[in-house]
Amino acid sequence: MAVEQPTPAPVPVQGDQTRIHNIGYRSYDGPRLGRAYATRSLYSQSLRGAYGLGRSAKSKVLPMLLFVVMCVPAAIMIAVTVATKLKDLPVDYTRYAIFLQAVISLYIASQAPQAVSRDLRFKTVPLYFSRPIETADYVRAKYAALASALFVLTATPLLVLYVGALLAKLDFADQTTAFAQGLVSVTLLSLLFAGIGLVIASMTPRRGFGIAAVIAVMTISYGAVSTLQAIAYTQDATGSVPWIGLFSPVTLIDGLQTAFLGASSSFPGGVGPGHGEGAVYVLVVLGLIAACYGLLMRRYRKVGL
Amino acid sequence: MARVTTVDDVTVIATESLSKRFPRVTALDRLSVAVGPGVTGLVGANGAGKSTLIKILLGLSPASEGRAEVLGLDVATKGPAIRERVGYMPEHDCLPPDVSATEFVVHMARMSGLPPTAARERTADTLRHVGLYEERYRPIGGYSTGMKQRVKLAQALVHDPQLVFLDEPTNGLDPVGRDEMLGLIRRIHTDFGISVLVTSHLLGELERTCDHVIVVDGGKLLRSSSTTDFTQITTTLAIEVTDTDDHPDGTRAVRDALHARGVDTHDNSGLPGAGHILLLTAPGEETYDLVRDVVAELGLGLVRMEQRRHHIAEVFRDSDEQRKEAVGHGG
Repeated sequence: MAVEQPTPAPVPVQGDQTRIHNIGYRSYDGPRLGRAYATRSLYSQSLRGAYGLGRSAKSKVLPMLLFVVMCVPAAIMIAVTVATKLKDLPVDYTRYAIFLQAVISLYIASQAPQAVSRDLRFKTVPLYFSRPIETADYVRAKYAALASALFVLTATPLLVLYVGALLAKLDFADQTTAFAQGLVSVTLLSLLFAGIGLVIASMTPRRGFGIAAVIAVMTISYGAVSTLQAIAYTQDATGSVPWIGLFSPVTLIDGLQTAFLGASSSFPGGVGPGHGEGAVYVLVVLGLIAACYGLLMRRYRKVGL
Repeated sequence: MARVTTVDDVTVIATESLSKRFPRVTALDRLSVAVGPGVTGLVGANGAGKSTLIKILLGLSPASEGRAEVLGLDVATKGPAIRERVGYMPEHDCLPPDVSATEFVVHMARMSGLPPTAARERTADTLRHVGLYEERYRPIGGYSTGMKQRVKLAQALVHDPQLVFLDEPTNGLDPVGRDEMLGLIRRIHTDFGISVLVTSHLLGELERTCDHVIVVDGGKLLRSSSTTDFTQITTTLAIEVTDTDDHPDGTRAVRDALHARGVDTHDNSGLPGAGHILLLTAPGEETYDLVRDVVAELGLGLVRMEQRRHHIAEVFRDSDEQRKEAVGHGG
């Protein structure tokens, strides 16, 4: 571990300035691109990290596998549509993510802790905050990166469906409208899920706890809400079904898109919220996204150095 | 090196009655210091306010009172600009184990605003300068403590700052690693032209490395002076002589002879080697000559004459005495 020592010049020299080193230190006079650039760098590093890029081979396995699992059903549906010359896709664009919500929950549970718990656990956070970026930049970069990763995960199969539908010569206008509605839906889903996942993961430096907690919140809430909705439906309390749906992330997105994005509801009996109840859904979704952002800001103001 | 500056050129850090109060503790109490270019040591016991001071200087924590400037920039308003020009090496572990030193330092360089190509070049350069070679491609998890400290130092230097804050950089190192790290810190200024503020709770190791030492205790400034002042004022000489037939107790003979010439020796009973070793304060060169002459006149052999380094405790004692004097003068 010897440090290379500077070699003095062989001839007598005057003062320090004329000393010659065998490896001179070069100072940096180039551009310093500042906060915005640093935030973007953190964003791209985190987004790549969410798919294991720039990390070990082992950490690529799960996110890539889940990505494939998300896309394969779409490819199969297209194959079926083309082969059997169906008049419409077997599944709506908006319903696709709801069908595969378990895969999405698993993805967010595995990648949200990766995005934030590592920095907390290995105390890397102070190194970020001793640089030009501020707390808000860090939170925004991480939030945007995970939401983008989720968007890639949920929008890619929709793109596969859309391209396949056009190749199968289904109606262009119908397909484009439905595809656009699907994209709006998965955008909201990405923002909501990423926020919830990050808030939970940022509470603990332990990755394992983070994963378990995110899975618990996502699946238990969905399971509980679905069960309650089914009970309410069989008890003929159909009116309360949409209100129960406000209490889990998956049913929130389901209800919102049923009310406004032309989706058919997966609630029991297809009883989705109407426009009035739907407005509450929109408010709750946007409120939750804002609350997640606020909580993350609060959390990181405390972490500091 | 374009950036080498003379001592009185600029003030790198200046604080003016800087205070930081938490609900239960006062971490900094009206601290006023001025730090010039070079290597400056910040010494204090744990909890003396060193880390709090660094946080305020990085613009991350607002001061309760007073003001501070780093590189001429106000910490209260110019935090991001300061952090672009300053490097920081924390005391604790801060490295993820599953990435290589190269990947990690490149990322940190970009976080400091360096474009991708420059980030890679500067990383290669900096890791070489801190003494990491082939191992820089291996995951950090397998590094020794000394190597990890070098990576931490590299990430603080990679963006070529004008000033670095090093928080306890020798913590956890063995004596050899400690010496290497101190040598490296010295080179950061002499070879790289970067000013350094280094904290430690050991005055002894900073005296060797620093141009200037600031001692804080309980958030208050105890002392701020150049290292040469420290050594000039506080040099203690240890002398050991042989015994001869004429002088069966050589040590006593020297002590008496020195007393006769007006040089008092310290009472060192209770220290190891008491009775054989004389301790005396040497205000300047003439004391060394006097000791040499006295020993020669007595015909004794001079076994050792060496400088004894002071410890932080003695600085505290000295400053207590100074405070008493000041109080006395004040009436």
